[in-house]
Amino acid sequence: MKVNTMAELMAKGETPEVLFWVGCAGSFDVRAQKITKAFATILNKVNINYAILGKEEMCTGDPARRSGNEFLFQMMAYNNIQLLNGYGIKKIVTTCPHCFNTLKNEYPELGGHYEVIHHTTFLQQLIDEGKIKLKEAGSFKGKKISYHDSCYLGRSNNIYEAPRKVLEALDAELIEMKRCRSNGLCCGAGGAQMFKEDEKGNTRINIERTEEALGTGASVIAAACPFCNTMMTDGVKNKEKEKEVQVLDIAELIEQSLA
Amino acid sequence: MQYIPQVLFILVSGIAIYLFAGKVSEIRRNIFLGRDEDLNNHSSQRWKNVLLLAFGQKKMFKNPLVAILHFIIYGGFIIINIEVLEIVMDGLLGTHRLFEKPLGEVYIWLINAFEFLAAGVLIVCVIFLIRRNVLKLKRFTSKDLNGWPRSDANYILITEIILMSLFLVMNTCDSTQSFFFSSFLKPLFNNFSEHSLVLIEKTCWWLHIVGIFAFLNYLPYSKHLHIILAFPNAYYAKLEPQGKMHNMPEIQNEVLYAMQPELAPTGDAAQTHANKFGAKDVFDLSWKNLMDAYSCTECGRCTAACPANITGKLLSPRSIMMKTRDRLEEVGKNIDLNKAFKDDNKSLLRDYISEEELRACTTCNACVEQCPVSISPLDIITQLRRYLIMEESNAPQEWNAMFSNIENNFAPWKLAPDERDKWAIEMNN
Repeated sequence: MKVNTMAELMAKGETPEVLFWVGCAGSFDVRAQKITKAFATILNKVNINYAILGKEEMCTGDPARRSGNEFLFQMMAYNNIQLLNGYGIKKIVTTCPHCFNTLKNEYPELGGHYEVIHHTTFLQQLIDEGKIKLKEAGSFKGKKISYHDSCYLGRSNNIYEAPRKVLEALDAELIEMKRCRSNGLCCGAGGAQMFKEDEKGNTRINIERTEEALGTGASVIAAACPFCNTMMTDGVKNKEKEKEVQVLDIAELIEQSLA
Repeated sequence: MQYIPQVLFILVSGIAIYLFAGKVSEIRRNIFLGRDEDLNNHSSQRWKNVLLLAFGQKKMFKNPLVAILHFIIYGGFIIINIEVLEIVMDGLLGTHRLFEKPLGEVYIWLINAFEFLAAGVLIVCVIFLIRRNVLKLKRFTSKDLNGWPRSDANYILITEIILMSLFLVMNTCDSTQSFFFSSFLKPLFNNFSEHSLVLIEKTCWWLHIVGIFAFLNYLPYSKHLHIILAFPNAYYAKLEPQGKMHNMPEIQNEVLYAMQPELAPTGDAAQTHANKFGAKDVFDLSWKNLMDAYSCTECGRCTAACPANITGKLLSPRSIMMKTRDRLEEVGKNIDLNKAFKDDNKSLLRDYISEEELRACTTCNACVEQCPVSISPLDIITQLRRYLIMEESNAPQEWNAMFSNIENNFAPWKLAPDERDKWAIEMNN
């Protein structure tokens, strides 16, 4: 299986249909790499003509901007936009809602205009078009799955249905947490919290959210963001439920159910 | 002699309107102490928001039962104001039920409808008082409301109950007419003479209208100002996706000129104005942020949904708004006293809002999503964060490490940029 970089395709004089923006978590975090690989496997399986930036990709600047470091954000944005525009990128798909939000909403006024799609929407389209074929009796059929809304997908960008539609395609039993969709509770990672200790409080946000997810009795907690995934995985470990409950990305659920 | 009530009425209403107008212009001045922000585009979409969010109270319907109760008070309040028109005209002209003759049957029907609404408002106000003081809902018992804000909420409810009771008693004691709802109260006044009934009716009439004027003048000091500001606040609400943060063109340009010095302006144009980055005090926030502060009705839906607050952190989005208003009022008083703002060695940052509160925010937009009157506490939080980082280089150690990783390794972790595509190489093999 071959994952091409933009530089390689460029050298061959080819242009991919879509750029897969991997993001820092998807590139470096051992857990999130599995999500990246699952999504790349799906793309290969359905013969999507795509490429990654490889070593040339840089942080979008999201955690810098949200913590207050606008200088650093602008520097990262400048470099990324130069690179993307240099390659003439038109369409981007990404597995990270934070990258998605920054690329889609914040780069245009800095000169970066692209069609940006989150991988859950992308997967939903592929399923609707019949390009993704799932096993008749997949491993998640009839299983209880609870979907945790990512803030940067949900409230930030109003994407609530796509991940749910993808899950429905698995014939699983979807169980909603009380705080879902626009009322969904954050996992605790946003706003650069991922990179620092929580402030003083009674409990950690990811524990609060994991307790709610475990309360549904679901055997799979589905996530659509690598940071949510980390937070929920840590929460499940903290509650010593890792034997009974898995935290999986929507892409992993589909990849494991491919026909 | 017969003109004394009319003169008295004109005097009372004149004073009430004069005082109210003075306070309104003071609030207007305070709001415009904020930075300029152009929010006059896309007017059709903005009017739609006014209809849906302000008139239709769309966000309130996240909890339908409370929404309906609130809608009764709101609808009752607005519609009963049509009756106030008659009351004012009667006061000015010395008439009694001026609209009764010209409207005929319709008049009876209207007043019956108003009485129905008045009774509805009265009942809901009692329910709301119970919710606040007996059922002790978490968002009403929170320490955010300690002191004046808690009393403020109760005063408003009690005032509304008194005003509605006066309206009903006034109708009951009016022997010239009988209305649907107040006729049930008639037995209470069976033993009163005609003379005392007229006296009670007149007294209720006066207390009712004076009460309304008093309420009008209480509004600008109260959280209840939302009944006016919810409308402009919905009009000027953010239209872009909630996840988008405001750009800072001055920093965008600074980075651009550093990267491409040939684009940098020379000569006079190179003189950059010494604006500070981010916000330290109310002057650095935009006028919309400041109008947000005056629009806040302290309901606490934001705080009830805030992940930081739920898990016991110091941050409360409601308290961010209340503190912004408190500071703005303080600045306003300072200006009133000294003609222009005299430095008081205080600022919104630290004297009102602490670093710990700001650092607890996950920028999850739950507070923004919940607010029924289109307030963004998050926008204030991120601007104060920008000041901390860019003007004071004040960040937790872990954030400084994250910054340096992004700068040097192009990722928030200290990992070699060369390994970014390691996963792909693994897949290729």
